[in-house]
Parts: sequence; structure tokens; C-alpha cells
Amino acid sequence: MEVLKIATAGSVDDGKSTLIGRILYDTKSLTTDKLEAIEKTSKQKGYDYLDFSLATDGLVAEREQGITIDVAHIYFSTAKKSYIIADTPGHVEYTRNMVTGASTSQASIILIDARKGVIEQTNRHFFINNLLRVKDVVVAINKMDLVDYSEEVYNKIKADFSELMSKRDYQDQKITFIPVSALKGDNVVNKSDKMSWYKGEALLEHLEQLDKKDIYNVGTPRFPVQYVIRPKTEDFHDFRGYAGKVYGGELSVGDNILVLPSKTRSKIKDIYFYDEKYQTASRRSSVTITLENDINVSRGDMIVLENDLPTIDKQFTANICWMDSTPLEVGSKYVLQHGVNKVLAKVETINHKINPDYSGIDKNVKGLGVNDIASVTFKFNKPLFFDQFKNHRTNGSFILIDTQNNNTVGAGFIQ
Amino acid sequence: MNKDTYDINSLENEAIYIIREVAAQFEKPVLLFSGGKDSITLVRLAVKAFYPAKIPFPLMHIDTGHNFPETIEFRDRLVKELGLELIVRNVQDSIDEGKVKEETGRYASRNQLQTTTLLDAIEEFKFDACIGGARRDEEKARAKERIFSVRDDFGQWDEKNQRPELFDMLNGQINLGQNVRCFPISNWTELDVWSYIQQENIEIPSIYFAHKRKVFLRDGMIWSAEDEVVYRDASEEVIEEMVRFRTVGDMSCTAAVLSEAATISKVVEEIRDSTISERGARIDDKRSEAAMEKRKQQGYF
Repeated sequence: MEVLKIATAGSVDDGKSTLIGRILYDTKSLTTDKLEAIEKTSKQKGYDYLDFSLATDGLVAEREQGITIDVAHIYFSTAKKSYIIADTPGHVEYTRNMVTGASTSQASIILIDARKGVIEQTNRHFFINNLLRVKDVVVAINKMDLVDYSEEVYNKIKADFSELMSKRDYQDQKITFIPVSALKGDNVVNKSDKMSWYKGEALLEHLEQLDKKDIYNVGTPRFPVQYVIRPKTEDFHDFRGYAGKVYGGELSVGDNILVLPSKTRSKIKDIYFYDEKYQTASRRSSVTITLENDINVSRGDMIVLENDLPTIDKQFTANICWMDSTPLEVGSKYVLQHGVNKVLAKVETINHKINPDYSGIDKNVKGLGVNDIASVTFKFNKPLFFDQFKNHRTNGSFILIDTQNNNTVGAGFIQ
Repeated sequence: MNKDTYDINSLENEAIYIIREVAAQFEKPVLLFSGGKDSITLVRLAVKAFYPAKIPFPLMHIDTGHNFPETIEFRDRLVKELGLELIVRNVQDSIDEGKVKEETGRYASRNQLQTTTLLDAIEEFKFDACIGGARRDEEKARAKERIFSVRDDFGQWDEKNQRPELFDMLNGQINLGQNVRCFPISNWTELDVWSYIQQENIEIPSIYFAHKRKVFLRDGMIWSAEDEVVYRDASEEVIEEMVRFRTVGDMSCTAAVLSEAATISKVVEEIRDSTISERGARIDDKRSEAAMEKRKQQGYF
């Protein structure tokens, strides 16, 4: 069964939780006890409809305020696919959660309230999805029931949104517009009979036909070594296996490789998955590799094909999303985690900040505040082996960790 | 299985990656083992992650003293077969030491009390990472859980201050006194776990399968009448039914479901068609809508 991860984004009250609840309800994914709980609570609150948002808002604070304050993961499946929805809050101050949700997703749903149209938040959501190069974006224009299912309203929003699209950096992003009413169930799982002017698919129909293979960008193979396996048992006396996950393309037995940073040459001897040997390991598989000759490899090293090297350097420039209330400034030091590798990094320059309304850039910036997105140059104490984010999602991204409290304070995408 | 390329179940690859990260990033990890299907699945994944070497950390069971005998028997056999180290800490000892108080009444259970015993054991062994089998699909509050979830000295979880997790990168850096709960099967559903058990032919305790048992009904749920730890009013009549258990928690708060499913494939079939979610059969989550979240803030899983 394939698993498709989807991130949702929308502002407060756009009806995101209702949309997800509706998907669960119409795909018969809500179990009896959950449905009963929803009916009971809806009645207690005096609603004359079922409040599906109760299916997803899990925290007490949220239920009290009626908003979503953290990334919740929701699971459902159809006969075709398993789905994981990362439901992220739409508040300005929770941009970091949106970046987080989009980073692990292959597709995104951006919600727009048909009565409000494109607002600043929509800009932000679109920009983040574009920055993170999410390949497939659905713009769900919700609450169509409140605008009499008007084609004009839909067309106006589509035109406004297309204006944003012209400014995008990542041009290959596929964008699909769908008019829906989550509350009434139009065009979510079932095609609406109230919008005959709309000839496209319902939301779930669209998701069902997304080809996951097409969504993963296939870079070149990168194998960061996570863990060195040395059993030292009688049967495996001299076994030295390098455990890790293959990113990008494929690695095969017999491939000539280099181990970074030392650039030692070797050949792949065996590829193990548990106790079976394979000829080839394709991307995202967690395997154990052995090499022809006995060389010194440790966690944080990277195995790559000898004719296909990443950049090896002690500095890079990246777009970062700052996630902490303590500002990032020139000269600030952080632990930079790139895959399974950690280095000490210093902020060399803040090149420019993206204006919050995405109208352009500001080159005169002293420091970054929470939710700022900016281009920053870092220097490290040891070389890293990296790719540009546009060519390699995994090997082109990193996180920043505060040296005092160890919190994750930023995410970056190498330019 | 195709011998030429390996790209199986993405959930399995993800879980193995996470377990290896725990072993690499922490000094003293432990795998919390309850004897239930989720932790048995975790053990299987850990075996795969480090093959041909042994799992580089011990297992720990926080025993409520109210476990099904089948579960304990199974636990001891599994540990012996795989040559693993098992640590057991008992809730009964925490009660005897006066650290926690036994609940009384018809809904009494030791589920709440486990937290104290667990936190004391973490302290005793100075564990800095506890691998658990929690899944995000189990319950709404768990849907918010991170893969690496940082707990403070008191084992508390602050849901408003969780670390963002991006791409595959897991940040396991902690300050003194903190520890991390790690959840490799976060993204699995109940059905995923069962399908995996079926695919891998993993042995699990017999109470997961349909068997004849003396039971009684309360609040529309089916309770075991064979175990004295389950409180029963004299007015609650004992009947015999074919039942199985969907979870194997503390006997006193784990209800059974009527079932004829005596094999794994039958169980998978049944779950696929099931309309009651897994934790619906766990009485203590129903106590209040916020039950699970409150327990998590206090340091339970």
C-alpha cells in the first residue's frame, strides 16, 4: 500500500479541521465511538450540525479556544492508498508548524474562505509551499455554500491566486483549484450537484490519482552513515556494516564509491536488509552496506558514487525559516544538523529578508525574529557534504539547534 | 519479494531509521516493553535495525501486576529466545513503598500508577531515551506527538513547546535531567501493525486471538471474569463468550470484543471491517475527553 503524506494549511476559521473531518466521515474512516463522541459534543455545544473539527483538534487548549495550535497527524485509507494528513495551524505565529508539516509531505492543500478570498495568510502558505518545493498543491476554495456556489466568486479567487503564482520561484509546482464546501460535503469526497459549472475532480479523486513516484524528486544517491554495525560474534567476526538510509537514486553491489569527507575509494560488497542480501537498494530504504576493503567509516560520513559528488565546503548560503523568539543575528552560533551530521555554525551574513507580505526583499536587516524567512550565509568548524535544496530535498536541508537549551530553532534550505 | 531492488514498506524503513538514530544519539536508551503487539513489533524492528549485531539496549517492562498471565509468559520466552536483557519494575513495589495509592471502586485500575514507577526507573538507570510503541492514530492527543518527544525532570510533556521535526532530521540533544521518548511507529495505524505481524509471521500472545472466556457486561463493554483484579458487582452476571482482546493493558481496564477471529489473517480481516477504534476498548480514556492529554502532561506515554 502506498502512503501519501499531505500537509494542510489555512487561516483560523477557514474550516480546515472541518474539511479533514469531512474526508474522514465520507470515507467512512470515523469509527463508531469517535462519531458518538462528535455527536455528543456537538449537541452539548448546541450546534444543529455535526462539528467534524472535533475529530482532529486534540488538545484541551484548542478545544477551549476552538483553534488548532500544533501539527496533528490524521490517518485514513481508501482502497487505493493510505493517507497521512499533517494538519497545521494557520496562525501567523505558527508558521514554523506549517514549514514542519510541509517538509515531510508530498502534497499540500491550501484552504481559502470563499467569502474572504486571497488574504495575506494565503500568500504565506503559498510561499512556504513553494520554498519547500512541494510538488503538488491543491487550492481548496471552501465555504462555497456561503457564496451561493457562485462561479464568479470562484473565478475571481482563481485569478487573484494566479497573480501570486507568477511570482513563484519553483515553476514546476502543479496547482489545482477545487471549489468545495467542507460543512456540506460538496466536492470533498463526492462530486457536488450544486456546481455543475465545475468540470474538475473532487478533492479526494484528485489525491487518489497522484503518482507518488512522480512526487519524490529523484536526486543522485546519497548514503549518510547512521550507525556502524560490528557484531564481533563468531559467525560475523570481521563484519563491518554501515547502516543508513539511501536518499536520491539507487546504490548497487559493485558500485565504485567514495567515503566523505576522507574521499577514500572502495566498492560496495553487499547490501543487507536484515538477513537478506540485495543487488540494489533504492531510495528511502534503510539498509546495511558492507565495503570491499576495510576502511575507517563512522557516523556522519557519507557514501556516494565516485563520479557524482556533492559540494564539500565549510560554508554555504541558505534560505532559512527562523522559529525562535530569541533573534538570529550576525555572529550568532548554533549547532547545525545536516542529516545525521552535526557541526558548529556561525552566522556570517544576513543577506536579505523576505517581506512578510512577500512583496519583495529587505536587504537592511540586523536580526531575524520568529517566523522570518531570510537568506543567510553560515560558516562551520568542519566541512559538510551538501547539495542545493532544489536538486536534493534531503541533502539540501538542515536544522539549527540552540546551543543553550537544545531546541530546534530554525530550518534551512541550501541555495 | 523482489530480490533485485529493495524498497519495501516505507513505514518499516522509517521505523528502522528512527531506532538507529536513538542508538546513535543517546548514551543510555531503553525499549519500553509491555508484551503487547506494538512493543513486540518494535522488538522485531530493532532486531532488523542492528542485524547481525544484537540490539544495543535493554528492554524494560513496567509491570502493573495486573497483566494477563499469557502476556508475562510470552514476554519471558521472547527475551530468552532473542538473548535480550530485560529489566522489570513493579507498580506493586511503588504501592508498598507508599509512593502511590491504589485506586478503589468499580473503575479502579493501575494504569495511572504506572507513571510513578516508570519515572523512578528512568531515574534509577539514568535512561536518556525511552523507545515506546505509541502511535499517532490511537487517540487525538497522541496525534500531536513528535517522534522525539522531550520530557523534563518530572517526565512532563509540554504540548505547546514541542520541537519542530523537519524532513528526516531528529534532534536528540537534551540538557541534564531531560530525557526523550522516542516513537518509531508513530505513523503506523492499528491495521499497519497487524498487517506487519502477518507479513513477518511474528508470534504474539494468545489473548489477541478468539478464545472462550468467562466474561460479564458493564457499560456496554465486555470484561474478563476470570481474573480477580477486575472488579465485579455481585449483580453482574458471568457468561461464557468467544472473545479476543485488541489491546493488552492492565486487565482491570482492558475490555474484550466478541470475535471468532482465531488466526492473524482473520484478525486483519476483522479490523479492516471494524467500526470501533482500538482505544474505545480502554476504559480509562473515556473518563473524560482530556484524559489522555492530562496523563501525558504527567509523564505517562
